[in-house]
Amino acid sequence: MGKVGIIGVGQSAFVRAYPGSLKELAFEGYKEAVKDAGITAKDIGASVVCSAPEYDKQRSPAGVIAEYLGLNPQPTFYVETLCSSSSMGLKLAYSLVKSGLHDSVAVIGIQKMSEISSAESQERMGRGTDIQWESPFGTMMPAYYALFAQAHMAKYGTTLEDLSLIRVKSSTYGPLNEKAVFRKSLNLENLTSPDSRMTAPIASPLRVGDCCANADGSSCIIIANEEKAKALSKNPIWILGLGAATNSVNLTGRKIYTGLPAAREAAKQAYEMAGISAKDVDVAEVHDCFTIAEMMAYEDLGFANPGKGKELIHGKETYKEGSIPVNVDGGLLSKGHPIGATGGSQIRTIVQQLRGEAGEIQVKDPEIGLVHNIGGVGLYGNVTILGR
Amino acid sequence: MGKKKEIDDRFKKFGTKSFTLTSKVNDFIDYLEKEKVMGTKCKDCNINFFPPRADCASCLKSDLEWFDATNDTGELVTFSKMKYGPIGFEKDLPYTIALVDFGDYKIFGRIGKNIADKDIQIGMKMKVKVNKLDNDRINYIFEKI
Repeated sequence: MGKVGIIGVGQSAFVRAYPGSLKELAFEGYKEAVKDAGITAKDIGASVVCSAPEYDKQRSPAGVIAEYLGLNPQPTFYVETLCSSSSMGLKLAYSLVKSGLHDSVAVIGIQKMSEISSAESQERMGRGTDIQWESPFGTMMPAYYALFAQAHMAKYGTTLEDLSLIRVKSSTYGPLNEKAVFRKSLNLENLTSPDSRMTAPIASPLRVGDCCANADGSSCIIIANEEKAKALSKNPIWILGLGAATNSVNLTGRKIYTGLPAAREAAKQAYEMAGISAKDVDVAEVHDCFTIAEMMAYEDLGFANPGKGKELIHGKETYKEGSIPVNVDGGLLSKGHPIGATGGSQIRTIVQQLRGEAGEIQVKDPEIGLVHNIGGVGLYGNVTILGR
Repeated sequence: MGKKKEIDDRFKKFGTKSFTLTSKVNDFIDYLEKEKVMGTKCKDCNINFFPPRADCASCLKSDLEWFDATNDTGELVTFSKMKYGPIGFEKDLPYTIALVDFGDYKIFGRIGKNIADKDIQIGMKMKVKVNKLDNDRINYIFEKI
């Protein structure tokens, strides 16, 4: 069996409230990916639609979206792993191609969070955890990640300023990303001054500036088998490694609170499949839904030893010019986080980097890129490794 | 018309707002009402479960026994004081969620409001205690030892 290549990538702008329907939003990311690949719907053998349910009022969105995109009569699959849905969708699409069932597949990530109010949306996010034993205490995503931040600070001496530096990096690149929802520039003072809106508490120790924003958005990744990828694309990007893991939903089932075991396991699988190690990665996109999440990602992926993630950000090693550039498209903190679309957007950024088409945020001559995409509070971990 | 079958929905009383109606560990609620916070134990595998499970995934048996966690001493693993809460929890705000490690098992819950923020430290000794809420609802909180 040959390789599997990515031949087209696309995403909509990530916005607060998309002025159109779910399927119209899906069309935006799809159209960009199909044009990028230079193909038509006839070249696509199947679709995988990825979103987190309960935001969508539409029941069974996959079939409805496939029809609107002109993908009838091809089959469509629906994949959901909360915030990592479209990375998991890529893994399913890879298996569909690798098995020979389909020679090309479109992975469509989508979320229209504004279909419901922000308060309702927070409540639904919170229910991506243990609804029987945790939700009755009134939990929400920022508070879960805050538990990890608190534990990381206690064990490793991580400070609020360390976390703020991660947001400063995000906001260095957010203004350059025309698809990002948050494009204001923020400096360390904006993020640490007691008078700033950014330091208003959300769930201790996390503050407004530590959290990403909800958004509406769509993404699309089109993959094909080696023969078709070479025939259709001048510059396919190859899928070298795919790791996916799960962990206990209730935090009582965890052994550590300073990292995410599902991310560590997924990274191990992906490195092994690609035959590389952390030091071989030239550019990465990590799941920075909160600043602490990026800090833990540095450590879970092996870019830094446990507790040493802060040295990377202090040394600007994760900036564009650093030794391991991370989230130089602004990450979730600047782009916004439309749950089902996020993984596809991260993959798009890495594909553009590897093609040398990333414009102002282009990292120097990368060969290998990595995507780290987390569902829930580490309930699901996905790591994808791509190469030229 | 036959008599409508009664549903054992005791679990709906758990916490400020419950998202679960029925569970095979519904007796947990009865124990709470008797001031006991209970977990379950698989006799064959000798594993303590908190939150309590009805079924052991290791040996596939479902005749687990209850154990009492109420008087055990644990250590605070981590916590977060929430300024915002989900829909239905507005009146409780602000509150502090926490995780306490009791060795063989851990418990997720809230820290009692009688403990000042400045006195909350990771590693502090805590125990779990039943907490009665308004409208005949019930949960548990962590208290300092």
